[in-house]
Amino acid sequence: MYGSGILKGLGVTFRHLITTFIDDIQWLGRKRDVEVFQQKQSLANRGLVTVEYPEEKLAVPERFRFTPFLITYNQDDPDYPGKDWCTSCGICAKVCPPQCIWIVRGTDPKTGRPKPEPEQFYIDIDICMNCGYCAEYCPFDAIKMDHNYELASYDRTSTHIHDKARLSREIRYWQSIAPTIAAEEEAARGGYDHTDVQKARKKAGLEPSRPDPLKVKPAEPEPAPVAVAVAEAPAAAPQAEAPKAEAAPAASAAPAAPSSAAADGETPPHPGWIKRGKRWIDPNAKVEPVRRKGKSE
Amino acid sequence: MTNGEINLRDLQHPDIPVPEEMQSNIAVTSLSSLYNWARSRSIWPMLFGLACCAIEMIATAASRFDLARFGMEVMRASPRQADLMIVSGTVTKKMIVPIVRLYNQMPEPKYVLAMGACASGGGPFKEGYNVVSGIDKYVPVDVYVPGCPPTPQALLYGLIALQKKIERQSLGVGASVPWYGGGPSEEVPVPILGPDIVDPRHAELLRKEAQKNRVTPTVAEMLAESAQPESA
Amino acid sequence: MTDQVLPQVTDLPSTVAALKERFPNAVKDDTRSGYQGVIVDPAHLTEFARVIRDEFGFNYLSSVTAVDYLGHGDHLEVVYHAYRVPSGGKPLVFKAQTDRNDAVVPSLVSIYPGADFQEREAYDLYGIHFVGHPNLKRILLWEGFEGYPMRKDYHEAYYEQETKPFDSRWPGGHVFRAEEYNPFGHNVRYPAGFTLDDYKPVAEEQLQQGMALGVDIMGDPAFRTDRLIVNLGPHHPSTHGVFRMMVALTGETIESLEPVMGYLHRNHEKIGERNTWYGNMPFTDRLDYICSMANNLAYAITVEQMMGNQVSVPYRAEVIRVLMAELTRITNHLWAIGFLLNDLGAFFTPALYAIQTREYILDFFEATAGSRMMCNYMRIGGVAKDLMARIRSEAALINDKVRDMDTMEYLDKLINDRLPRSIDELDELLSESEIIKSRCIGVGLLPAEMAIAYSASGPLLRASGVPYDIRRADPYSIYPELEFDICTRPNGDIYDRYYLRLDEMRQSVRILKQILPRLKDTQGQPIFGGKTSYSIKVPAGEAYGHAENPKGELGFYCVSTGGGNPWRYHVRAPSFINLTPLGEMCKGQKVADVVAILGSIDIVLGETDR
Ligand code: SF4
Ligand code: SF4
Ligand code: SF4
Repeated sequence: MYGSGILKGLGVTFRHLITTFIDDIQWLGRKRDVEVFQQKQSLANRGLVTVEYPEEKLAVPERFRFTPFLITYNQDDPDYPGKDWCTSCGICAKVCPPQCIWIVRGTDPKTGRPKPEPEQFYIDIDICMNCGYCAEYCPFDAIKMDHNYELASYDRTSTHIHDKARLSREIRYWQSIAPTIAAEEEAARGGYDHTDVQKARKKAGLEPSRPDPLKVKPAEPEPAPVAVAVAEAPAAAPQAEAPKAEAAPAASAAPAAPSSAAADGETPPHPGWIKRGKRWIDPNAKVEPVRRKGKSE
Repeated sequence: MTNGEINLRDLQHPDIPVPEEMQSNIAVTSLSSLYNWARSRSIWPMLFGLACCAIEMIATAASRFDLARFGMEVMRASPRQADLMIVSGTVTKKMIVPIVRLYNQMPEPKYVLAMGACASGGGPFKEGYNVVSGIDKYVPVDVYVPGCPPTPQALLYGLIALQKKIERQSLGVGASVPWYGGGPSEEVPVPILGPDIVDPRHAELLRKEAQKNRVTPTVAEMLAESAQPESA
Repeated sequence: MTDQVLPQVTDLPSTVAALKERFPNAVKDDTRSGYQGVIVDPAHLTEFARVIRDEFGFNYLSSVTAVDYLGHGDHLEVVYHAYRVPSGGKPLVFKAQTDRNDAVVPSLVSIYPGADFQEREAYDLYGIHFVGHPNLKRILLWEGFEGYPMRKDYHEAYYEQETKPFDSRWPGGHVFRAEEYNPFGHNVRYPAGFTLDDYKPVAEEQLQQGMALGVDIMGDPAFRTDRLIVNLGPHHPSTHGVFRMMVALTGETIESLEPVMGYLHRNHEKIGERNTWYGNMPFTDRLDYICSMANNLAYAITVEQMMGNQVSVPYRAEVIRVLMAELTRITNHLWAIGFLLNDLGAFFTPALYAIQTREYILDFFEATAGSRMMCNYMRIGGVAKDLMARIRSEAALINDKVRDMDTMEYLDKLINDRLPRSIDELDELLSESEIIKSRCIGVGLLPAEMAIAYSASGPLLRASGVPYDIRRADPYSIYPELEFDICTRPNGDIYDRYYLRLDEMRQSVRILKQILPRLKDTQGQPIFGGKTSYSIKVPAGEAYGHAENPKGELGFYCVSTGGGNPWRYHVRAPSFINLTPLGEMCKGQKVADVVAILGSIDIVLGETDR
């Protein structure tokens, strides 16, 4: 019969309509229940699937990768408070496919020789493709992929190059977001401590690795900081995060810098160029984004 | 208050007291708040996808993440009916021409959200010869959502951030945005497909550069130049 | 062509020997180490191509590309890969060399129409003039663009160094943005002395000029309509991204159609030649961004081919690869069907159902590979990580039990219950609908001979009745031990392409059901048999690896000079080449059908424009 195919199709859509109502009635009054949420997101579900973000959040799996971050010892670690795990070996910078990692290797102020610590560490998240290679190939478990995807911001010039301060997180944060993986890594390292620390301790005749101090004395996990707290004025957050003027990554710092070049008595390669860090740049280069006319927001 | 649910308390002006028992029925508010409240809950995005990020944008609009909860379900194909341009993906030099045209055709108030690393700053393809390193080189961007691609929830977070931004805008002379009284806004000049993409706003700069009579240097050449005085 | 009597010689070495006999002076072996095939004198190229097509049965020109051997002989080389369809087997590789300063090669479009876009691409990016090409214009860039960007001596504005890793990143990695080092602050590079003062752009004009307007029916006095050029795209609700078509109409009927692409040309190949071998893996994710797992697989196969016995893929890795590839096929076909229906006017309902099912597969990808879409999961010699024991979520969030399920149990439910259910539901919703049938049956016809001649691949080819599937024709991974049928449909219209995708999804589920016990049996076995170093060197030589992607034959042609970066990295993109017959398919159809025909080809712009 002509039209039977259409009717059949309409039957399918009608079935969908009915099942969603059945679900709703079944879960009446338990809208925000974790159990209900699980049921809705499971394979068996036939009705509603909507995740009511931001009230409900679909949790991300442990392997989830967003932007990278650097691991440090916990600030309250009895022996190595806040010590970087990164040894500035440069492997992540070399393996990064779009080349968005910049590392300034640390030098010992006395001997002038390189030391295994990054002086600066930058990741341009406007280039980063979240591929996870840096975390995969880092031999020291020092760089990991973050799970915090709530990074929207109102201005990219000042906030989208993450510097070392912005990137560093205590190891307990990693243990809290990816407990299974962190435990596996710990087993592979042969203990809680960083592999280099283990070697040093062995040399000093100590037990190579201590037990996790947190397991001895549990502490509250550090809450994940958010790039821009949406409820606040947008200007506040970027300011707080802006790195030191001398190493400022963003162009916003460029116009402010010209005095230093003249003071140093160095001649720029082109008239009018200014010095930033160790390089000369053209201040006329328009890195500033186009903005709307009107009072600044 | 983040979704479309009407809650009068959100509109309530903080300085004007209303008795507690009446707060669910009455709100004293300013015109700006009312205006922005209405606006921020009926942002119609333009149905406009560029690259990989567009797939996540569609996934956001689909049933699991459901943009309709924010009053944004009406994806308009015509720029004339859209309030928000979600630049979802890599912007190429060839594509920037239509994008600027579309932006100019959008009626005010209009907002731009740069979704993903590519739209914000070029992304993994930034070094390419046909890639525009950031849509904000041509049109003003209100919210940047990093990620490659941002997950649907990350995009929703960005859209909520946009709603917050709209809520803070003020009406009247000296307003932060031109369409609320800051004077007429200008059209963005449409780029030209020349030997490379040309921004008409660079006409003067081009003339200056032409006097040097050299092919525009690459980053490598500029880096080498800028390192010279130091070694000397 | 298919009923041609093929000569006795069918294996490659004797074919090559016979060809050398036939063209004693014009054909010689490619003797460079690691290379294969023959080098043909350009003067005899057309004749050679005619002979291999008509007498030796190589009726399918799969890939045409160019290589710039600057510093390695200083010539340009055009590389052709021809196959026999549908019988399959290894390709006949032939090459034509030409001077860099005066690059001229005869066009093969008259013999293999499928070479059309590919030759235009080589012209666009390498500046090789294909003599006899009917419409030799830039295809990815615009007319007026300065330079041939894929040549090795072309440096773009943000050029920093020949190969990655860049020296400026470590140890003295003082951060900068590339814009800061451009006088314009943009990614632009102009020729010396360029100003806007009296510059006239030619891009749009030239597009219009090339527009073939078809036959003139306006001579008929009884029926007068005006000829009209309509521009669809690049911003159009149903062009599947930023794709543009210029359509010449008489009334509602299409006289000719010209695809205009390049709106998403993001220089994949140029960047790929700068990247390390590993660095390209996440970039392949962004080719056909709906099927990243399958792209990973094709690239891994290609590089493994070049590495030879330096890597060996463990069995479990192969099982996981097939699992991922087939799940990807299902996601892609769900998406394709959903959006084909969108194009037909069934706005969003079927697409919503399809996307909903797709989410369950993405959940699995996210748990295993770490990302919903950009999986970056395969490695050269295996896969990145084994499956998680449990599909488990982040503990810090409130919903910490969501999807906490044994991985095998999840897969089991997904494959045995959820996916078949969804496929059946789509079938029930759509297949018999009279509206769909009347819109789709007999529209956008592509006969079998034409499909082969135009180098169509994947569902587009099989819906025209050609049983050619690389999983069977040139098998890779563990497909030979798996049972499945090559689906075909006889008519080659939109409806058949739609229905074929449904059938293929069912076959994929059938494969997945065979994969499940294999996964259980191999639990705990190694998943990686390659080099663990972060940078690998690949022996000098060339390789063409291809896989049956959901959209068709995805091929990678790579040339190595023995270093850590590819010398040439070419993508034979199914979405790009499947568009070659679009103009022919649309001729004589109504303008409203164009969008549906495009939808039935199923393209993705990331791959079309690269
Ligand atoms: S690979 Fe790891 S240790 Fe080495 S520089 Fe990168 S983060 Fe630091
Ligand atoms: S995730 Fe990938 S792109 Fe991002 S910093 Fe790490 S290696 Fe580079
Ligand atoms: S940001 Fe990443 S996912 Fe988005 S368009 Fe760019 S490459 Fe694609």
